[in-house]
Amino acid sequence: MSRLESCFAQLAEQGRSALVSYITAGDPHPDHSLELMRALVRGGSDVIELGVPFSDPMADGPVIQRAVERALRHHVSLQDVLALVKRFRQQDQTTPVVLMGYLNPVEVMGFAAFASAAAAAGVDGVLTVDMPPEESEGLVPALRSQGLDPIYLLAPTSDAGRIQRICAQASGFVYYVSIKGVTGAAHLDLEGVRAKVAEIKAQTGLPVGVGFGIRDAATAAAIAGLADAVIVGSAIVSRIEQLAEDPQAMLADVENFVTSLRQAMDGSLPLKY
Amino acid sequence: MTEGISETIIGKYPDSRGHFGPYGGIFVAETLMAPLDELRQAYERYRQDPAFLAEIDKDLQDYVGRPSPIYHAERWSSELGGAQLYLKREDLNHTGAHKVNNTIGQALLAKRMGKTRIIAETGAGQHGVATATVAARLGLECVVYMGAVDVARQEANVYRMKLLGATVVPVTSGSKTLKDALNEAMRDWVTNVDNTFYIIGTVAGPHPYPAMVRDFQTVIGREARAQMLARNGKLPDALVACVGGGSNAIGLFYPFLDDAEVTIYGVEAAGDGLDSGHHAAPLCAGRPGVLHGNRTYLMEDRDGQIIETHSVSAGLDYPGVGPEHAWLKDSGRANYVAITDAEALAAFHSLTRIEGIIPALESSHALAYAQQLAPRMSPEQSILINLSGRGDKDMHTVAAREGLKL
Ligand SMILES: Cc1ncc(COP(=O)(O)O)c(C=O)c1O
Repeated sequence: MSRLESCFAQLAEQGRSALVSYITAGDPHPDHSLELMRALVRGGSDVIELGVPFSDPMADGPVIQRAVERALRHHVSLQDVLALVKRFRQQDQTTPVVLMGYLNPVEVMGFAAFASAAAAAGVDGVLTVDMPPEESEGLVPALRSQGLDPIYLLAPTSDAGRIQRICAQASGFVYYVSIKGVTGAAHLDLEGVRAKVAEIKAQTGLPVGVGFGIRDAATAAAIAGLADAVIVGSAIVSRIEQLAEDPQAMLADVENFVTSLRQAMDGSLPLKY
Repeated sequence: MTEGISETIIGKYPDSRGHFGPYGGIFVAETLMAPLDELRQAYERYRQDPAFLAEIDKDLQDYVGRPSPIYHAERWSSELGGAQLYLKREDLNHTGAHKVNNTIGQALLAKRMGKTRIIAETGAGQHGVATATVAARLGLECVVYMGAVDVARQEANVYRMKLLGATVVPVTSGSKTLKDALNEAMRDWVTNVDNTFYIIGTVAGPHPYPAMVRDFQTVIGREARAQMLARNGKLPDALVACVGGGSNAIGLFYPFLDDAEVTIYGVEAAGDGLDSGHHAAPLCAGRPGVLHGNRTYLMEDRDGQIIETHSVSAGLDYPGVGPEHAWLKDSGRANYVAITDAEALAAFHSLTRIEGIIPALESSHALAYAQQLAPRMSPEQSILINLSGRGDKDMHTVAAREGLKL
C-alpha cells in the first residue's frame, strides 16, 4: 500500500479528514525548508504538498508567485527539492509528500530520470499543474512504473465526462479546485463545493481533497465536513512571507496556525485563529 | 529541404488536439480545459460560417485598409546587386502592424460567443493597441496586461491604449515583461472565464490559439502569393519574416508551404549575438520544453527555468515561439536564422534612407537578413519580405541608441 493510500485509509477509519499543507520548497530560504516541513507535521498536517519553484507559475496567485520568486533567488531546482525530500525522509517515513509544480523542469530532467529520482528520494505523489490527462502519456507511465501517484486537478468547469476520465487515471487522491481562479483567491462557495464533491465522489472511490480558497480555520472545518482532505497553501505561505526575516518566529507561527486548522477540522475548537 | 514531408502540408496541422508533430498541444490547469474547448468549438463552427468570414473580410478592407500592397524596393535591390526585393506592406495597416488582422478576427469571434470583456497581453504595446482598437469599435470592455518594465519603456503605446478606453495593468511578477504579462492574462482568464475572451497576440498559447491566430494572419500570405503571381507570373524564390511569437511569419509562410520551390526564412532576434546569451532566439539557440500552454522551443536554463531574453525590438523579446515554427524547423520546411541588434538597426537605416520607409525594429530583422541573402542570388530571382510594421513606435529606442533624447 502506498503512503498516501495508508494515510487516507487510517484517517477514514478515524472518521477524520486529512490536512494537506502546502509550502514552496526553498521559501523563504532553502535552509528553512526542512524545519518548515517538520513544523507542518508537528502542527498536525497529514500530507505535505511541496511546491517546486518554476519561473512562470501561471496557475498561482500573488502569494505563491512571491514565494516562488523568493525560492528562485536561491536557484532552488527540482534536484534541490528532491534532495530536501530525501533529508525529510531520513526522519519521517510516514508522512506522504506530494510535489506540486509545472511540467517544464520535469521535462528538462527527463520523465524516467525524474520518476526514479523522486521515488528514491521518498516522494509519494506528483501534481503537475499544467499537464492535463490528455498530455500525460509521457510522464504518468514513468511515475506509475516507480509506484508514484499522479495527482490530478478537477475544477468547477470539469463536466461529468472529464471527471470520470480523470478519476480513472488518478491515484492517491484527486484535488478539487474549489474556485474558478488562481491559488489564494477568495470567495469559496461552500454549497457549490458540496455539490461538486458529491458529484466527484459518485464517480470514484479515491479520496477527494479540496483546495485553492481555504484561508482560515472556520473554512477548513467546513470543508472537512464534506471532503476527505483540506488543502491549505496561500494562507500558510503568507505567514512565511510575513515572518521571513525571523525564522524562529516563522516556524512557531506556521506550526500554531496548522494546529489551529487541525483542531478546527477535528471539531475541537477554536474556530478563529 | 522538403524531404521527409509530403507535398501537402497545408491543412494537415495541427491534429485534433493541437499538435504540430511533437509540439503544441494543451498544457494548462484543469479549469481552463473547458473554456478552451468552448473556444475550439466556436472557432471550428465560425471558421466555416460564410457570414462570419464575410464580416472579417469587410473589416479588413474598410477598417484595416486591405489588401496591403506589395512594393518593389528597386533602389535597395540595385544597391545590393542581387535578387529583387519586394515588401509586403503590413506597415500600412490601421494601427501600423499586422497585429490587427488577428485582433479583428478574435474580437468578432468573442462577440459571436457572447463575451463582453476582452483581455490581452502585450510586450511593445502593438498587440495591446490593436486589441484596444477593436474593443473600442465593438464596444467591449478591454483590459491589457503589460509587464511593468515594458509599461515604463513604451509610454506612448500605454497612452494610446488608455485613449482607446482600455485599462492597462502593469505586471510586477517575474521578469516584469511579456512572458509575465501572458501569465497574468491567463490568471485573469481562469478567474473570469464566464464573460471574458482572451485575445492572444501571437501563434503561441494552448490549442486552438496557434492555429486560430495563424488562420487570421494567413490573409498576408494569401494576398502576397496572388500579388506576386499577378505581378511577375511566378512565385518569389524566398520568403523572409521576423519571428517573435511567429504570427506575422506564419501568416506569410503558410499559403506557400506546399510550394516546395519557395525557400522560407524565419528571422529571430540575436540581440547582442547568439554567443552572448543576450538574445531572443529559441529556435536557433534554445531547446524544446513546455511554456504558456504548449510545447515548443524555449529559452531556459539547465533547471528548466525560463530565462530573460534580450532584443532591441520589444516585439521579438519573447522566450518561446509558436509551436508550428518548431515543427517547420524540425521538418526542414523552413529555415531559422538570427540577426543581431546592430544588424537590425543598420537595416532600419538602410530602408529609411534608400526607400523612404521607416520600418519597425521587429521587421528590420527580416530586412537585415534579406540584405545578406540578396547579393547571393541573381537579379532574376526575388525575395518577398514581410514588412510587419512601421517604425513610428521605435523613434525613442533608435534615438536612444544614437545617444539622443527626443
Ligand atoms: C511590427 C511587429 N512585427 C513583429 C512582431 C512580432 O510578433 P510575431 O512574431 O507574432 O509576428 C511584433 C510584435 O509586437 C510587431 O509589433
